[in-house]
Amino acid sequence: MSNYLDFEKPIIELEEKLAEMKRIAEENDVDVSTAVSELEGKIEQLKINTFNNLTRWQRVMLSRHPDRPYTLDYIYEITSDFIELHGDRLVKDDKAIVGGWGLIDGKTYMIIGHQKGRNTKQRQMRNFGMANPEGYRKALRLMMLADKFRKPIVTLIDTPGAYPGLEAEERGQAEAIAKNLREMFRLNVPIVCIIIGEGASGGALGIAIGDKVAMMENTWYTVISPESCSSILWRSWDYKEQAAEALKLTAKDMLSFKLIDDIIEEPLGGAHTNAKQAAQVLKNYIISKTEELSKLSPEELKRQRIAKFCTMGSFIE
Amino acid sequence: MSWFQRVEKGILTPTTEKKDAPDGLWYRSPSGKIIHTRELKNNCYVVPDDGYHVRIGSKEYFEILFDNNEFTELDPNMSSNDPLGFVDTKPYPERITASQKKTGLKDAIRTAYGKLDGHNIVIGCMDFEFIGGSMGSVVGEKIARAVDYALKTQTPLMIISKSGGARMMESGYSLMQMAKTSAKLALLHEAGIPYISLMTDPTTGGVTASFAMLGDFNLAEPGALIGFAGPRVIRETIGKDLPEDFQTAEFLLEHGFIDFIVDRRELKKKISLLLKMLKH
Repeated sequence: MSNYLDFEKPIIELEEKLAEMKRIAEENDVDVSTAVSELEGKIEQLKINTFNNLTRWQRVMLSRHPDRPYTLDYIYEITSDFIELHGDRLVKDDKAIVGGWGLIDGKTYMIIGHQKGRNTKQRQMRNFGMANPEGYRKALRLMMLADKFRKPIVTLIDTPGAYPGLEAEERGQAEAIAKNLREMFRLNVPIVCIIIGEGASGGALGIAIGDKVAMMENTWYTVISPESCSSILWRSWDYKEQAAEALKLTAKDMLSFKLIDDIIEEPLGGAHTNAKQAAQVLKNYIISKTEELSKLSPEELKRQRIAKFCTMGSFIE
Repeated sequence: MSWFQRVEKGILTPTTEKKDAPDGLWYRSPSGKIIHTRELKNNCYVVPDDGYHVRIGSKEYFEILFDNNEFTELDPNMSSNDPLGFVDTKPYPERITASQKKTGLKDAIRTAYGKLDGHNIVIGCMDFEFIGGSMGSVVGEKIARAVDYALKTQTPLMIISKSGGARMMESGYSLMQMAKTSAKLALLHEAGIPYISLMTDPTTGGVTASFAMLGDFNLAEPGALIGFAGPRVIRETIGKDLPEDFQTAEFLLEHGFIDFIVDRRELKKKISLLLKMLKH
């Protein structure tokens, strides 16, 4: 593994030791199978201990792991065919949001998601997964297409936020997101939304109004990033860990508040340690939920979608 | 030496009482124009010499808009909970209580119905004084119920926005208020009931990116700061200076996101005319 996080280090070290042990054993032709299996057990146990006891900030770090699968990785893994569709028909094609028709187990879905880049060049092109208004308008255009042809919609959310840029403001970042929120409540087809990495604020919510909203295990979703929250409430960038704790932004937290519907389990160690397996679980979730939702009439679908979001809130009367 | 020591400790005068300012108090606008506060009130809190719109709250807007200041407030006692047990430099409930004491308000929005120039109308008006007009569960729920009332009674809705954005101390809950208010407005939209959004200084963040931008008519007060991201964040992101009128009402009008800018002294007349035209 080329990239690892601080808390993964002890595991990586043991894994290296294991590899070394196997290599030496092979070279000298000695039987170390008991030692190997002992070490393997130790690694497994360490992994379980580490990943079951992650702090909220560590989950945030995992959600941003440089090896973590992105939208297109999942799309290529779960679809047999994919036709990408570009452009908002108004200004340009925003590469921070991708979308198009995908065939999953012989059925057509409209799949839309934020896209991050893997290397410097790609990151620039994808604008670090921070969409401009064009991205949200492209997403809505594609969702309207899905509505027209009565195909279910899947959105994959992974963004550090909508882009705070000059042109974004000129072209109505707020209006673009607001319109998506309203219009997604008016779509007649099933919508399944999944947070696959970062779910920051309006930039995430702008494509996350769904009949089912799920978070993968090692993701976060809330109104502000821990860093920005720290800088505003603590007036310093140094309180991001505390901010992450205070914001209660993990999948478990959000499920306990009933602000999301489900948690999608990841392979032990995070989605990046076994992207194929992670994609398979994601695929199963998409298929089973759209099947379930397809049984509802469009009117019932919309009614339930609106009702669900309207119960969200906590206040005293 | 006790003659100058404060006898009572921790005197906190609610803002409502503070506003009963004694005669002889003067207001000075940012450009230096001076006006008597009584005069200012009679002029819809607009400085006559330079047209500066002083920041005001729901009390003043209701006075300006509702006929004879007569209205029925919806959900006047709803107040914030602390669903997360949020603590930053101080616990969230303490912030709420302090704000309630300081402002005499329950939260950052008041909603009411009444008549405007004889037209039935539901008005929601945000109060910036209350934790920066931030949107938490109370703001979301009160708007949702105001829309329900508008739907039930087929009454036009107006929301006056004035907000720094989402209320961080309610985290995920506050984010979902964007969804909730937009869901209700989708219903209002489909019912064909007019929704007027007035954006005042400042309207930013999650409020702009939900109900404030969803008006059938998006209006703004002159010079109001309106945007999604804050100017400081944008400057830091792009590493360039921003145009002088960036994110002002005039800038938004120019870029096509506002129907018209309205002087507060003309506000009631304009809304009344708009409602009349929609009826005939």
